[in-house]
Amino acid sequence: MADHRLPENEIALDWLTSMTLIRRFEERAGEQYARGKVGGFLHLAIGEEATIVGAVAALRPTDYMIATYRSHGQALARGSEPGRVMAELFGRVDGLCRGRGGSMHMFDRERRFMGGFGIVGGNLPLAAGFGLTSDYLGSDDATLCQFGDGATNQGTFGESLNLAALWRLPVVFMVTNNQFGMGTSLERHSAQTDLQRKGEGFGVPGMECDGMDVIDTWAVTKEALRIAREERQPVLVEAINYRFRGHSIADPEDYRTEEEVLAWSKRDPLVTFGDRLVAEGVLSDEQRQAIDLEATETVDAAVAFAEASPEPQPSSLYDDVYVLSDQVRGWYSADHRGAELRKGEELS
Amino acid sequence: MAEMRYREALNEALAEELERDPNVYLMGQDIGVFGGAFKVTAGLMERFGEGRIRDTPISENTIVGIGVGSAMTGLRPVVELMTINFSLLALDQIINHAAHMRYMFGGQVSVPIVVRMPQGAGHQLGPTHSHSFEALYLHVPGLLVAVPSTAADAKGLLKTAIRDDNPVIFIEHESLYSQRGEVPDDPDFTIPFGLAAIRREGTDVTIIGISRMAQTAERAAEQLAAEHGIEAEVIDPRTLRPLDLDAILESVAKTNRCVIVEEGWPHGGVGANLAALIGEQGFDDLDAPVGRVTGVDAPMPYARTLEQIAFPHEQQVIEATLALFGDRRRASRG
Ligand SMILES: Cc1ncc(C[n+]2csc(CCOP(=O)(O)OP(=O)(O)O)c2C)c(N)n1
Ligand SMILES: [Mg+2]
Repeated sequence: MADHRLPENEIALDWLTSMTLIRRFEERAGEQYARGKVGGFLHLAIGEEATIVGAVAALRPTDYMIATYRSHGQALARGSEPGRVMAELFGRVDGLCRGRGGSMHMFDRERRFMGGFGIVGGNLPLAAGFGLTSDYLGSDDATLCQFGDGATNQGTFGESLNLAALWRLPVVFMVTNNQFGMGTSLERHSAQTDLQRKGEGFGVPGMECDGMDVIDTWAVTKEALRIAREERQPVLVEAINYRFRGHSIADPEDYRTEEEVLAWSKRDPLVTFGDRLVAEGVLSDEQRQAIDLEATETVDAAVAFAEASPEPQPSSLYDDVYVLSDQVRGWYSADHRGAELRKGEELS
Repeated sequence: MAEMRYREALNEALAEELERDPNVYLMGQDIGVFGGAFKVTAGLMERFGEGRIRDTPISENTIVGIGVGSAMTGLRPVVELMTINFSLLALDQIINHAAHMRYMFGGQVSVPIVVRMPQGAGHQLGPTHSHSFEALYLHVPGLLVAVPSTAADAKGLLKTAIRDDNPVIFIEHESLYSQRGEVPDDPDFTIPFGLAAIRREGTDVTIIGISRMAQTAERAAEQLAAEHGIEAEVIDPRTLRPLDLDAILESVAKTNRCVIVEEGWPHGGVGANLAALIGEQGFDDLDAPVGRVTGVDAPMPYARTLEQIAFPHEQQVIEATLALFGDRRRASRG
């Protein structure tokens, strides 16, 4: 890892603000889960904020970003309203996806955040598809695809890297190596543990960044995006980090020791970056507290917004199964057995 | 009208849509230089170039996934999978991604992709290359499913599929590629989804044939009329999602009997589903239980003698139909 100078003050503060928001948001989401406000799975990104914020900061607004089921942070970093992200966790109509996706499936079309996806490895082909669109339309938008260390064992990993290299698609594949796929550690799930090398055989060169360091993540991702965009050469970036919480909510964490967690927590990306900003005179302690307070207030407001948002109407159950048009006016839903034959939603 | 083969009708549909919309592109194994495993895409790479007619590696799930990603961002991919059997490798992208994306993301995105592939037995290709999976795709909300059985339908439905904003599973049939049929010349000829074709009018029984079995049903109907005095109405639904259930129920209301013919397996098949729908919504019209003729409940064998008895022919359709009349003497009178 190179020693990086700090970026301009405004940018540095922006990153700290964004990382702080993600941290406080995730903590609050965990609490809301415990209160029964959030259902299903909840994969928190606590510890992974630098990887998210650094990578997203390297993108242009028109670039495509796609991630996994652990992607509240990506949505926030791309600028999605925290209230709408929280409302999605609550399964409310004002959620980013109107309560259809939940924690694992965030999506914000306007911000080109092209989704969180619940299938491990499922998003790599989609990312290559975005790259194909950019290529086909002659635009210089690039795609950043984040996925976990565990996903590098899926067939889609090799297939997508091969195709992206073969067709020279502007895609940066970023493996977030947080040391585990659920409870299986890297060395127990991958023969090649130097993950940045896993693309070499497919014609995809590797780079590595310190995923606990927002500046390094930003710098490496930026260069990878430049290579993808300008040289039409997909790149595999390995961001090395650590998740501080369990895989999802119910996780006894028997697969790792407290010492290990403690050792990594000394490198907490939020703390180390904040400390550095203070040490280098960019930030006062008061300002630091103010940023934290503001994040907490934003998250308070997000919870209030989610709480106030209505539950989806039962009548919306069939909305958006299809794009309706003259030819698909509705559909016969075999599960409605009234005397009347139901044809789904009719076009208005 | 021009007479052409089913494969040529498909080729014309593709060429016309490629011509009409620059965002339509084709992708699949051996579709370019080689012209397609069944020559459906012959000549298209020469005409439209490698950028729009893309040969891919053998990576079904990822090919479909790239199509889905590009469809989410403004293109209109038509993906060819060499046969429907290989689409099993792409089920994750087809079902978990293409079919559910719009719903899952609250309507923010649409996935206008067409996945084309042939199915069907009869070529002694054994259990990994001969199956019929329309029932599998029919099962999935979010997909549209087309099963054209004539050259004209192949062309008209494919053009509609490409223009539609939903993911479409477009199931061709290996045994139909060389068949000839009349196809309208009009480049704007399309066939809407959800509109069944009445292949033959009749008053005594409704026979519904799926995919190639629409033709088997039609031939069986001719024999039933000639040899048994039974006038069958033959319906080809042409698309299974959306389904023209009205046409089926209207026909059953007239004939009071129904037989469904499909090439795939019986359990959870198209016929099982249709029989349930007809039972639920047309029970009062039925004079006999709905009959089903399906492929046998076994993998497709290689040996010709076994393969030929493993999927329906006219004889099984005739027997199943006669059984509905509960009149053996009539059957034996011939
Ligand atoms: C195809 C598939 N198999 C299994 C799962 C269950 N699962 C969810 S997350 C996960 C671990 C993935 O680990 P990794 O890719 O390293 O990502 P991380 O959770 O560490 O961010 C597993 C096995 C799944 N969602 N999809
Ligand atoms: Mg992991």
